[in-house]
Amino acid sequence: MRYSGLKVITEGLFGNKGWKPAWRNPAPKAEYDAIIIGGGGHGLSTAYYLAKNHGMTNIAVLEKGYLGGGNVGRNTTIVRANYFLPGNTEFYSHSLKLWEGLESELNYNVMHSQRGLINLFHSDGQRDAFARRGNAMINHGDDAVLLDRDGVREMLPYLDFEQTRFPIYGGLLHARGGSARHDAVAWGYARGADMRGVDLIQNCEVTGIDIENGKVVGVQTTRGAIKAKKVGMIAAGRSGQVAAMAGMRLPIESHVLQAFVTEGLKPVIDHVISFGMGHFYISQSDKGGLVFGGDLDFYASYAARGNLPMVEHVMEAGMTLMPMIGRAKVLRSWGGIMDMTPDGSPIIDKTHIEGLYIDCGWNYGGFKAVPASGWCMSHLMATDTTHELAKRFRLDRFATGHLLDEEGTGSQHNQH
Amino acid sequence: MRLTCPLCGSRDRREFYYYGADTYLNRPAPDAPMAAWDDYLHLRDNPAGVTRDLWYHEQGCAQWLKVTRNTVTHEISAVELVAGPAAGGKGASE
Amino acid sequence: MRIDGKGIIDRTRPVSFRFDGREYGGYKGDTLASALLANDVRLVGRSFKYHRPRGILTAGSEEPNAMVEIHGRTNQTPNVRATVQEIFDGMDARSQNRMGTLRHDLLAVNDYVSPFLSAGFYYKTFMWPRAFWERVYEPIIRRAAGLGSLSGKHDDGSYEKAFAFCDLLVIGAGPTGLMAALVAARSGADVILAEENPHLGGRLIDDAGQIDGEPAALWVARVEAELRSLPNVRIMTRTAVTGAYDNGTFGALERVGLHKSARPNLPRECFWRIVAKRSVLAAGALERPIAFPMNDRPGIMMASAVRSYMNRYGVVPGKRVTLFANTDAARDTARQLIAAGVSVAAIIDPRADASSVEDCPVYTGAEVIDTRGRLGLREITIRQGGEEKRIETDCLAMSGGWNPTIHLTCHMNGRPQWNEELAAFVPVEGAVPGLSAAGAANGTMSTHGALAAGKAAAEAALRHLERNVAEVAVPGAEDAPYAVRATWAVEGKGRAWLDFANDVTVKDVRLAAHENYASVEHMKRYTTQGMAPDQGKNSNVGALAVLADATGRGIPETGTTTFRPPYVPVSIASMGAGGRGMGFAPQRFLTSDQASRDRGAPMVEAGLWYRPSYFPKPGETTWKEACDRETTMVRTSVGVCDVSTLGKVDIQGKDAARFLDFVYTNMFSTLGLGKVRYGLMLREDGTVLDDGTTARLGENHYLMTTTTAGAGVVMRHLDFVQQAFCADWDVRFISVTESWAQFAVAGPMARQLLAGYLGQPVELPFMGVAPVQIGDVQGRLFRISFSGEEGYEIAVPTRYGEALFRDLLARAETMGGGAYGMEALNVLRIEKGFITHAEIHGRTNAFDIGMVKMISAKKDCIGKAAAQRPGLLGPEREQLVGLRAAAPITAGAHLFRPNDKVELKNDQGYVTSVGYSPTLSAWLGMGFVVNGRARHGETIRLVDHLRGIDVLCEICDPVFFDPEGGKLRA
Repeated sequence: MRYSGLKVITEGLFGNKGWKPAWRNPAPKAEYDAIIIGGGGHGLSTAYYLAKNHGMTNIAVLEKGYLGGGNVGRNTTIVRANYFLPGNTEFYSHSLKLWEGLESELNYNVMHSQRGLINLFHSDGQRDAFARRGNAMINHGDDAVLLDRDGVREMLPYLDFEQTRFPIYGGLLHARGGSARHDAVAWGYARGADMRGVDLIQNCEVTGIDIENGKVVGVQTTRGAIKAKKVGMIAAGRSGQVAAMAGMRLPIESHVLQAFVTEGLKPVIDHVISFGMGHFYISQSDKGGLVFGGDLDFYASYAARGNLPMVEHVMEAGMTLMPMIGRAKVLRSWGGIMDMTPDGSPIIDKTHIEGLYIDCGWNYGGFKAVPASGWCMSHLMATDTTHELAKRFRLDRFATGHLLDEEGTGSQHNQH
Repeated sequence: MRLTCPLCGSRDRREFYYYGADTYLNRPAPDAPMAAWDDYLHLRDNPAGVTRDLWYHEQGCAQWLKVTRNTVTHEISAVELVAGPAAGGKGASE
Repeated sequence: MRIDGKGIIDRTRPVSFRFDGREYGGYKGDTLASALLANDVRLVGRSFKYHRPRGILTAGSEEPNAMVEIHGRTNQTPNVRATVQEIFDGMDARSQNRMGTLRHDLLAVNDYVSPFLSAGFYYKTFMWPRAFWERVYEPIIRRAAGLGSLSGKHDDGSYEKAFAFCDLLVIGAGPTGLMAALVAARSGADVILAEENPHLGGRLIDDAGQIDGEPAALWVARVEAELRSLPNVRIMTRTAVTGAYDNGTFGALERVGLHKSARPNLPRECFWRIVAKRSVLAAGALERPIAFPMNDRPGIMMASAVRSYMNRYGVVPGKRVTLFANTDAARDTARQLIAAGVSVAAIIDPRADASSVEDCPVYTGAEVIDTRGRLGLREITIRQGGEEKRIETDCLAMSGGWNPTIHLTCHMNGRPQWNEELAAFVPVEGAVPGLSAAGAANGTMSTHGALAAGKAAAEAALRHLERNVAEVAVPGAEDAPYAVRATWAVEGKGRAWLDFANDVTVKDVRLAAHENYASVEHMKRYTTQGMAPDQGKNSNVGALAVLADATGRGIPETGTTTFRPPYVPVSIASMGAGGRGMGFAPQRFLTSDQASRDRGAPMVEAGLWYRPSYFPKPGETTWKEACDRETTMVRTSVGVCDVSTLGKVDIQGKDAARFLDFVYTNMFSTLGLGKVRYGLMLREDGTVLDDGTTARLGENHYLMTTTTAGAGVVMRHLDFVQQAFCADWDVRFISVTESWAQFAVAGPMARQLLAGYLGQPVELPFMGVAPVQIGDVQGRLFRISFSGEEGYEIAVPTRYGEALFRDLLARAETMGGGAYGMEALNVLRIEKGFITHAEIHGRTNAFDIGMVKMISAKKDCIGKAAAQRPGLLGPEREQLVGLRAAAPITAGAHLFRPNDKVELKNDQGYVTSVGYSPTLSAWLGMGFVVNGRARHGETIRLVDHLRGIDVLCEICDPVFFDPEGGKLRA
């Protein structure tokens, strides 16, 4: 079924009775050409592009809960391509290009909105670091503008320019940065994959990975054994547990990151604003809630909930930067499980087991990568060769020292 | 969230700095193969359940602590000093 | 309408307030909602999506409809619950989310096109043409969405945060909570009793019941008086416990001054962190609506709210009331109204076997299937058997039963259990460690049951705390069975609202199920049910019951979505109290701060410190003029600079040298007494952590300096290395950063200045250290240089810092020298090729900065093994170089071969630091270039798109000035 404004009107006139299910509820088959473990954003986009780009439709996505129930459904929805290290720049740039066509690609309104992202800086040194970033973006054909204090004031007049603890020197504007409706991305890819014949199997937890003679042959699940010669592990914060089923240890620690939303407010913040000195970022959703967050709680956790010290730190940062939000009331706070790699960059790679692939380590930045991650992971699973855009996302880069470290936190854990 | 420092008692989480799995205590010999260093620096069990991790009472007694903690419930079952009576000089070679 | 003889308002103190510009009167103790109802105002808001007229549904913080803006003289507060906000003289409340007036809201057009605005419709349209999303569709959607408005002005209100500690936290002061607090208090435990309302008693007040044969209010008053008399009890009213966190920590929001017109010295709100050894959740239960057609009109409200308005405020919300309820207990609403002389037109009870004996018409086995009245309820249609009947009424009280207030028990991922008998979810014991739910919050619905449960919960907590338990008798009270028959939705023609606040109807939930958004989380997200300001307090259970029905699953199998903190919305300002302005982070000031400001120096942030940027002289109009002058001054005479921000670590013990050898790449055990050496410190992963000089003050005594930014990180690192790897070594160290003020004195005349000042010749060799006597003050003199000149650093205990700085400056100025700031310091160090954190930015290792030889082959050190990884060595690495140009250059620029296209794949490196060298009359830079050390002499193109710079530079050795170091050693 094709969605359109006309369809919404005709269905509305007839009681909205003719809509078709967004996806089927198939029973798992005994065997597939490929299995994806994890029905989050990255798993669903991988399934979609396996079907769309590589013609692999006899595949299944196995999800232990509900589709899109992981970080894709609990993030702060920022979409940007402002990375400066070669290897990252190209990848995120491609991802943003995919975002820019995602509504028509999926026939699903993911509400990708290029509202403009502004990264504030507060010293000459930070300005120069952002200049390095902005220049790298432009060198790759993306957009960046270095704003001075007055430039920022013109766009964000409500910031506190007089007495904030870290005075605003300026900002790096990434006009094509913005936000999207997070659930819609998962649902759009799910519906697209389902339409192409992919089996999306919910409430199906993988309990074992079957390996014979160094090759993967299938998985054990709560709904029985399923055979497949190719298996992709795309389990985000739970990657460690999934990989352990294949006898692997990963360079990952899982951490909790909290986020917040306020009650609905009439439009007051147009852009996405990032305040690095305060570990604070904010935007306003189309429903009117201020969506914002900060840094990790900083302890390994699978609880998907956090504690007050970081909650308060985030609120304090908001109050020093933009005290006009003081009377907005936080409606809900939540946490996600972040698969943190030591250098903060992801992994899309083969493993030492033939036919077993892994896509993980998205840290706290996986949402914007959903399209390109699926694009590259599907390429890897279909062709058994690494996509050019993902060639730096190697699993062994920590052992060899070929790090990809945007934040300068290195190859040790917990320095983020 | 609170931790009970063996020296200072029950304190707010704000006083502590977190450093991850206690794997960091098992420093390989300087001439150990690179795989051992890779293990030490990067690879983690990352358990969903009981783990032992390192915390530093930065705004207190400046002691590094080994905390037995559940990553699913956040329950803390033990806190010991890294440099407690049992600690030695392992790791630093001549 | 106000009636006599009821309520706990103070009728001797009238209060005047405004709503939408009109003046109204109420009494002290009224909420905005009760005062409006007393004035027969039923229409107070517009709904979120369809902009339907809405009234007051509840009498508590769970209110989904009656949200208003409160306007003050300088600011405004959006989304205030009229049911919580107490009125005060001059209060200016305004309805929100309307275009036009509240009665004539232009956006009510949405209601007429509602068939096209079904659940998730926006995912299916607005996709074409692509450019229209940001430019047309989204702006329209955004303007229509949202509720109240922020002013856009800084919130200058006063807010506070505080910590509190107790043995037992009792959450809620209804029958359960009062009883629990009383038992614990008499047992001597430290008790905090937190109550969301301004008064204690909960439903004891709201329902005007009896205890021990007396009005319950008397018992409440006696208990309150006793609790207030005890030193171990703290009663916190107007305080909602908002979240349960780890290790017995709770968040709580106190409304301190929001109900007062003038509040000198009072904050608006205070956010509490309460640390409790044990806690009792006695938060009661929330009555739930029934989803019958057109159930959202002003005048339709919860039956319990009708009782609350009558018994708390003496207000009856209608003249001809009807009751639609599925429990026996709700019948009390009608009885109390009749007793108060209010006409009750009908009781409609969906239970066919329910009693029909009341003092008013009763329709059993009946349902409400339609309502009328555009801006307020006028009439309902009921269906009994096959018959339909219209009944005139201006207030319909409804009750679909009760949901225990389990929210806090879910904050740590606890999943509640479905209880078929109660037709509700109840908490699971242990879901929050140390917390027990009791009374209605735990599904015990009778008053007597609640009192007994409160006692039992307190006793259990006291036993956990190993305290003696004082014997307290449970008083007599109503103990009727709670007979509920689940009634979720009533079939009929019109829309039936589940989630009033987000305009989600039964049809929307069914559509979600039909489209296979069938998991409860999918349904929630697709329809937005439960995502509104009430967070599903009124709608969650009803919606998932409808979903369970639509999908053919049971409610337990369908499960619930998760309740998350906060229980009630909390202002950003209260949780962020203290962060406003300079409060966000500490400010660190040098001892020379005032002296620098006196000289007009602009102060800039260096981490948390403030350091002088430059010292302007009359006639200088730009920072660069001052910087050039100060640079030349140091090169030609003498300059003074406060360098106290550098971290200082005093290290002592027989193994101090051994320890330094382990944490630094190079050797310190070989350092001579009275000597200083530059050291490079790595992280264990081989990346440069920090650098600085370390002096040997004695056989077993060293003084380490770190970078300004690295001071804290290095201290933590040293503590780790020592405690983890060499705890048995004889070494101790402590940060002395704040104990010493230290000043660089640099330039060809530095020695002369110091000799004159100290009154003796200065004969310290390069990289030497010696004690100095300045009057009675014992100081230290180092011969080290960050400028490339003959340089000294003189250190004195901090309290003498300012005096020393002023003395040194005065002397320097007589010699043609003076103070220099960060800008000149930066140019001087670039001329000399010295690195800072601009270069050691966390991605560079010893190889990259050309110091690989500093990793001693003779010993192990932190970071040595990992630094050998192949990816960290070799010609493909970007290596530190100097850059020289004739035109201005910028840090952050990228470097390209002159004939290459400027694009990412041709990137040769980047610039980290730049400065104009008046000494060499050139622009100098430092940067990293692929295989840079082999490319000295090569011309490279520097491109900074952002700042319009495109110039050719020469790659050179980073040491531009005095490469042999003759000046240093002079």
